[in-house]
Amino acid sequence: MEKVLGQSLTSATPHSRRSSSFITPHLDWVTVLLYFLLVALGWMNIYAAVYSPDNVINIFSMDINSGKQLAWIGASFLLIIVLLVVDHKVYEHLAYPIYGFIILLLLVTLVVAKPIAGSRSWLDLGGGIRLQPAELAKFATALAASRFLGSVNLRQQNFKDQMILAAITFVPPIIIVLQNETGSALVFAAFILAYFREGMSPLILIIGGSAAAIFILTLLVPKLYLIAAVTILMALATWMDYRLLRRFKVMIGLWIVVVGMIFSVDFFVNDVLQPHQQNRIKALINPEADPLGYGWNVTQSKIAIGSGGFWGKGFLEGTQTKFDFVPEQSTDFIFCTIGEEHGWVGSTVLIGIFLLLLIRIVGIAERQKSVFARTYGYCVASIIFFHFLVNVGMTIGLAPVVGIPLPFFSYGGSSLWSFTILLFILLAIDANRAKDLAR
Amino acid sequence: MKYLENRKYVIQGIFLVVGIVFAIRLFYIQVVDSSYKQAAETNAIKSIIQYPFRGLIYDREGKLLVQNTPVYDLMVVPKDVKDLDTLRLAELVKLPLEDVRARLKKARSFSYVQPSPFYQKLSTQEFAYIQNNLIDFPGFYINARTARGYPHQSLGHALGYIAEISPKQLEDSIYRGYRPGDYIGKAGIELEYEKYLMGQRGVKYKMVNVRGVEKGSFREGAFDTLAVAGENLISTIDLDLQAYGEHLMNGAKGSIVAIEPSTGEILAYVSAPFYDPNLFTGKDYGKNYMALLQDSNKTMFNRPIMADQNPPGSIFKLTQALIALEEGVISPNTTFACNKSLVNCHQHPSPLNLYGAVQHSCNPWFYQAYKALINQGKSANTFTDTAIGLKEWREKVLSFGFGQQLGIDIPGEKKGIVASTDLYDRVYGKNRWKYSTIYSLSIGQGELGVTPLQMANFMSVVANRGYYITPHIIRSVGNDGKPLKEYQEKHYAAVSPQHFEPIIAGMSEVVRAGTGRRANLQKVGIEVCGKTGTAQNPQGPDHAVFVAFAPKDNPKIAIAVYVEHGKWGGQSAAPIAGLMIEQYLTDTVTIKEQEKWVLSREYLNIKSK
Repeated sequence: MEKVLGQSLTSATPHSRRSSSFITPHLDWVTVLLYFLLVALGWMNIYAAVYSPDNVINIFSMDINSGKQLAWIGASFLLIIVLLVVDHKVYEHLAYPIYGFIILLLLVTLVVAKPIAGSRSWLDLGGGIRLQPAELAKFATALAASRFLGSVNLRQQNFKDQMILAAITFVPPIIIVLQNETGSALVFAAFILAYFREGMSPLILIIGGSAAAIFILTLLVPKLYLIAAVTILMALATWMDYRLLRRFKVMIGLWIVVVGMIFSVDFFVNDVLQPHQQNRIKALINPEADPLGYGWNVTQSKIAIGSGGFWGKGFLEGTQTKFDFVPEQSTDFIFCTIGEEHGWVGSTVLIGIFLLLLIRIVGIAERQKSVFARTYGYCVASIIFFHFLVNVGMTIGLAPVVGIPLPFFSYGGSSLWSFTILLFILLAIDANRAKDLAR
Repeated sequence: MKYLENRKYVIQGIFLVVGIVFAIRLFYIQVVDSSYKQAAETNAIKSIIQYPFRGLIYDREGKLLVQNTPVYDLMVVPKDVKDLDTLRLAELVKLPLEDVRARLKKARSFSYVQPSPFYQKLSTQEFAYIQNNLIDFPGFYINARTARGYPHQSLGHALGYIAEISPKQLEDSIYRGYRPGDYIGKAGIELEYEKYLMGQRGVKYKMVNVRGVEKGSFREGAFDTLAVAGENLISTIDLDLQAYGEHLMNGAKGSIVAIEPSTGEILAYVSAPFYDPNLFTGKDYGKNYMALLQDSNKTMFNRPIMADQNPPGSIFKLTQALIALEEGVISPNTTFACNKSLVNCHQHPSPLNLYGAVQHSCNPWFYQAYKALINQGKSANTFTDTAIGLKEWREKVLSFGFGQQLGIDIPGEKKGIVASTDLYDRVYGKNRWKYSTIYSLSIGQGELGVTPLQMANFMSVVANRGYYITPHIIRSVGNDGKPLKEYQEKHYAAVSPQHFEPIIAGMSEVVRAGTGRRANLQKVGIEVCGKTGTAQNPQGPDHAVFVAFAPKDNPKIAIAVYVEHGKWGGQSAAPIAGLMIEQYLTDTVTIKEQEKWVLSREYLNIKSK
C-alpha cells in the first residue's frame, strides 16, 4: 500500500511542478551560504573587537557594537525577504528613477547635512537614525549603468553613448567628493572592471592600473631608480618586439608621460591633496615616521595582524585589538581582529571566502541572459572586490588608509544593508532568469 | 562577442592575483617577520585603575560617621608570573605553602590575564616589607585602595558595610562596570546609597614593555580619565544620642528608634545587641562576620526594621482610641466599667473615661470601645457586621503606616502584620468568626505585628497630630545640602487632627502619674507624652514597649523603645525613653537615678505577671 502510494506520488511530481513565483528553489544557495558565513563571522569578530576582559559584556548586549550589529543583521534578513518577494523586473524598470532619486538625495545631503568629522554625507532622519546616501549610490549607479548598457539601441562605439555612461558613473562620486567622503567616491572606479567585461577597451584598464601602480611605486621607491627601471623596461620591450620599434615616437611620448607623472606625484601629494589625505599617503610610505600620529592606525594594525602568527592567539584572546584606541576597530579595521586572533590561517580562510564569493558572482553574472542582469552582476562583483582590495590592503600596509568597510563583515547598519541590497537584487534577478527573455 | 566572454577569466584572474598577493603579504607579516610580534610585546598598554574615594557620611551635627582609610592589596596577574619561587613567596606573605598554592590556583582559575587579589588588606608593616621584595616576583604588584573606617563604635546596623563584590553580582548586568575585587555596599546605608557613594573610577593608560616597566603614558594621557570621588552623605543621626542609646541598651536586646516628627529624620537607630562597624573593615572581616551571624543573640538581625512578629501590646490602644473617635463610636467622655469578666485587667479606679482609660491602660474599656467600633450594626448578621467593621478599621490602621514598609532608606524593612478579614476567613472560614474571636486586637495582642520603626513612626503621627513623613536616615546627598525630595511628602492618617488632643492628654497623664512615670522629665520642664505596653511572649518573659514624644507642644522627638524580655514597659523601656529624650533635648542627663536603674538591669528581677 505504502509502496503504491509512494510510486504514485513520485510519478505525480513532474506534472504538479509549481509554476508559482516562489523563487526559493532557484535561489543560488552557495552565494546565500557565503553571505551568511561572512555576516556571522563578522558579527563574532565585532564582538571580539569590542570585547574587554576587564569588563565582560554579553555578546547580545545592545550597549555594544555586536548587539547592535545583530539587530541590523536581523533587519537585513527582513530586507532580503522583501527583495526576493518584490517582482524582479522592478529593478530594471525602476533603475533610472531610483538613480535619479539617489542623485537628488546626495544633493540634498550636500546642502542640509551637518558636518560629522568633516564629512557632510550623513542625512539626519531624526530619532537618532542617520542615513548615508553615498552607500546607496553604489547599487543605484550599478542599476542605472546596467540598464543603460542593456538598452537595445545602445551603440558602444558611439561617443555620445560613452559620454552618457561616463556621466552615469561619475556624477555620484563627484557629489560624494564634494561631501568630503573621498573614500566612498573611489569605489566608483570599480565600475571600470564591469565595463571592461562589456566591451570597454582594455587600454583604459591597463592605463588606469599602470597609473595607480606608478603612483604607489613613486611613493615607495626613489624616483631615480624608478625612472631607470621604466626606461630599461621600455627599452627591453622595444628591443624584443619589432612592432614597437616602428612606433618609436609613441614609445618616446609614453616615456615622457610616465616620467612626467613620476615627477608630478610630489606636486599632487603636497598641493592637491588635503592634509589628512597627505597623512594617509605618508602612512603608507613610512608609518614608523610618526607612529603615534598619522602612522598610528597602520602601525597598530600591522602589529596586531603580525602578532597573530600562523595560528593566531585564539578567539577573544587578542591583546592588540582590545583597546578602543583605533576608533574604527570594529568597522574599517575589523580585519586586524581576524589577523591577530586567527592568524595567517584565519586570514587566508577569510580571503578564500571572499574569492569564492567573487568568483561565484562572476559565474552568476555570466549565466544571465540579459545584458542588464549580467552587467549588474559584474558591478556587484567589482564593488565588493574594490572594498575587499582597499580594506584588507590598508590593514596590511599595501594600500593607503581609506575609510571604507569590509563588505558584510564590518560593523555598521548602512554598510551591511547597502551590500545586502546590492547582492540580493542580483540573486533575485538570477533566481528568475528562466523567465527572462534573452536580448 | 565570444572574445568578450573570455574577459571573465581576466577579471577572475585579477581577483585571484589580489587574493594571492594578500595571502603572501600576510604570510610575510605574520609568520616570516617576527618584528611585529616583538612590537606587540613592547606595545602592551596597561590600564591602571584609579580608585575613587568612596563618599563620606556625616551625622546631623557634621561629625564624621564613616571615613576612608588606606589599605594595600597584593595583586597577581597569572600571565606575568615567571619563575615563581613559591616557597619564598610563602615566606614573604607569611602564609602556609598550601595556602599560597591554593590562592594562585584560584587566581588562575579566575583569569589568566586579569589581575586578581592574591592577599588582601596588608597592614602598613606588611606592605613595606612585601613592597621591598616584590622585584623578584614578576606578575605581583601592590594595589593601594581605601577601606572604610569609623571614628566611633556606633550605628553598625544602619551604616551597613562594604565588601568585595560577589561572583554572582558580577554576572548580574546591573553591576556592570564593577570588577572582581571591587568593594560594594552590602547592607545598610552603604548598600542603599551605593550609586552615590561609589564615585567614578578613573583609568590611566601606560605603555609597558615585556617586563612590565612603564614606558610613559599612552598618547600623552589623551584617554586617561580622572577618578571622581563619591558623593558625601549627611545623615539625620545624632551621633551623641546614638552612642548614648547604645550605652543604655548595652547587654540588653531590643531597639530604640527616635524620629524628629516634623521631618521624619531618624535621630537614633539602635539595634541591640549591636556591633562595632570597625569589625568589618580589617582582614578578619570574614571571621567576624560569621561569628556575628551565628551568635545566639542574633546580633546581625536588624531589629528596628525586621522584628515584625511581635504584637505592639498596649501602645496600640492609642491607635484604637483614635480610630474609634474618628468613627464617632466614642467621645472623650465615654465611660466603660472595668469589667474583668470580659478581659483581665489590673487594679485601678473604675469606671473611666477616655483619658483615664489611656492613663491606666484599662483592658475592658478598650474591649468595649473596640466592640463599638467593629460592630457598628451595619449588617444585621453579626458575622458580616464584624467583617465589615474589621475591614474599615484595617484601612485606618494602615494609614498610620502599620502593616507595610514605610520606605526607610535602610534595606531589609519588613511589613509587619495587621489582622485582615482574609486572614480570619482562612483560619476560621468565611462568616465563622465574630468579635469574640478577634477581641484581643482591642488591646494590641493577637494578629498584629509591628516593627519598632513603625512604633516610632506612629508616635510621629501622634506628635504631628495626624501625619508622618517617611522616616529616613540620610538627609541629603552631595554638597548642596538640600533634603532629599522623596522625604518631604506628608502622609496623612485617616483621623482628623482634633481627635489627637484627648489621646495626647491621656498620654501626658501616663508619664505624669501613670505607668510611664520613669520617663517623667517635669523637673527639667519637659512635658513627655507616652504610653507603655507589654507584648506577650509565649517563649519567655514578656517584651516591654514604651512609645513617647516630647515636648507635648511643638514636639521635637518621637521615640519607641522595645526591650525584649523587659517584662514591663514602664520599668524597662520608659526610663530609656526618658533618658534619650532628655539627652537629645538638653544634651545632659539629670535623671541619673533612672540611668543607674536602666544600667543595673534590675527590672529583670521584677516578678512578671
